[in-house]
Amino acid sequence: MMQPHTQSSEHAVAPILHAKNLVKRFGRVTALDHCDFELYPGEILAVIGDNGAGKSTLIKAISGALVPDQGKVYLDGQEVRFTSPLDARKQGIETVYQQLAMSPALSIADNMFMGRELRKPGFMGQVLRQLDRPAMEAFAREKLNELGLMTIQNIRQPVETLSGGQRQGVAVARAAAFGSRVIILDEPTAALGVKESRRVLELISEVKARGIPIVLISHNMPHVFEVADRIHVHRLGKRLCVLNPADYTMSDAVAFMTGAKEPDVEAVGV
Amino acid sequence: MAKSDSNSPVHESSLGSAPDAVASFEDDRAGFIKKLQHTLHLNPSMVPLIVLLLSIAVFGLLLGTRFFSPFALTLILQQVQIVGIIAAAQSLIILTAGIDLSVGATMVLSSVVMGQFTFRYGIPVPISIVCGLLCGMLCGMISGLLVSRVRLPPFIVTLGMWQIVLATNFLYSKNETIRAQDIETQASLLQFFGTKITIGGAVFTYGVVFMVLLALVLAYALKHTAWGRHVYAVGDDKEAAELSGVKTGRIILSVYMLSGLICAFAGWALIGRLGSVSPTAGQLSNIESITAVVIGGISLFGGRGSILGTLYGALIVGVFTLGLRLMGADAQWTYLLIGVLIIGAVAVDQWIRRATV
Repeated sequence: MMQPHTQSSEHAVAPILHAKNLVKRFGRVTALDHCDFELYPGEILAVIGDNGAGKSTLIKAISGALVPDQGKVYLDGQEVRFTSPLDARKQGIETVYQQLAMSPALSIADNMFMGRELRKPGFMGQVLRQLDRPAMEAFAREKLNELGLMTIQNIRQPVETLSGGQRQGVAVARAAAFGSRVIILDEPTAALGVKESRRVLELISEVKARGIPIVLISHNMPHVFEVADRIHVHRLGKRLCVLNPADYTMSDAVAFMTGAKEPDVEAVGV
Repeated sequence: MAKSDSNSPVHESSLGSAPDAVASFEDDRAGFIKKLQHTLHLNPSMVPLIVLLLSIAVFGLLLGTRFFSPFALTLILQQVQIVGIIAAAQSLIILTAGIDLSVGATMVLSSVVMGQFTFRYGIPVPISIVCGLLCGMLCGMISGLLVSRVRLPPFIVTLGMWQIVLATNFLYSKNETIRAQDIETQASLLQFFGTKITIGGAVFTYGVVFMVLLALVLAYALKHTAWGRHVYAVGDDKEAAELSGVKTGRIILSVYMLSGLICAFAGWALIGRLGSVSPTAGQLSNIESITAVVIGGISLFGGRGSILGTLYGALIVGVFTLGLRLMGADAQWTYLLIGVLIIGAVAVDQWIRRATV
């Protein structure tokens, strides 16, 4: 179902998500230092980098959670300016953040529909603005079943009663259910056990099979090399190089991202 | 998800034979206490309801029909109506993990605006009332903007607003009270909420009806509308709410404005209760409203609790106050017991919270 070893540097198509020259400073710390980024249609792009390299800042800058100080972001060739995650979501970009972005005391269904709730039709919905709980719960249940990630007994149970893996599952299901153009996953397997990680990786492949490109931020080299079509190596706030996982080993990638080894010219570029 | 065997790398090949249940959990918590803890966790307003019913029963047994009569029980409602309304406003703010120390001042200023606009400028009463309501909303809006846009802590903002609004109230009213007889003869609409409905021995006022309706409407809005869910989400974890697409700034602003408006309604109800417009009334409203909220089981850290709990909290205070007075006890006993209740309520809240996992 995937062609794992396409040579990505020969992209004839334009990138679907494209960032140029992004800069973000926090006081005296430069988290993004003139960073570029490209995501092509239908691919899984892994973003790797050491702690503090600025991966999460990059993801936040392209998903609207942070507004970059400089630089431009293009979606399908059109320049976009996201000032909130909601802007990005309206354009079909869904993000699973490392901190999961859920309200612990609210139910699974409430969380999945946070910010895009369904209202009942007719008087109850339009005038009394009543939520369509049954519809939202049915949808949430369907998506979680599709995902097969967990055995949720009660879709109304508060998220805080779920285990870490189950919460991750809900977050991924939310992104997969609503993301129509790009899905961004920040460390989706970091908190998970072996089997749960496997399910998330399968889900990633399924989403890709639907033709939706994915950005996967991860520390886990075996996972990255297993699913990624291209690997964006991030170091010191910018893109160091983009690797084809077929041409490099995991230890090469680790050496590049920690600065133990400099990439040769062919690896640089897109 | 049957593909897992074909896709997975060699070192995970044994996964296919591993049991399929992932992170499933069984509810092995036996025992009444655990079940109670879990139920209370899901229904946070049950604790104050139980305490309320128990305290009514105890005072009823001790005092007999002196306490357990329609008249005495509805008297409690009348005595808590102002605090009940203010506490509803306070609940909204506390649900967003804020606190409003200016509720009492906002209430009094609004009532003074209603009275003075009518009597000093001769403005028709309905318009004066609308101006008073707008005044309360404006006070809430100022606090809301400072909290949501300037990002100052709610405690500081409303501590400042308390002083500002209260001083404005004294400066503007020149510390004058408008007498009850004048209002009754010239502007009886100001005393609207004091209108009594008598059913048998039970006496209700419009203010009491308003308090109950307000609690029901807010309970509906919080539970069944997107706005309500967002209020909880903001109080629960503001950053997470923002990332999941809630416009947190707008929600916070709307909550402070609504709360200011409710305080203004409390100001109107205050005229009904006192008969007069007094700039020195309602000095204890801040602390009384926070007491009702805490006894009602709303977490001061935000995002947990229900508005009906607050109503029960206000009623518990009313029951204790009247019950102890009828028993002839020193009024200090009331404060002492309310202090115990506050600490008890928070302790129970912490205990319930541990039912989380």
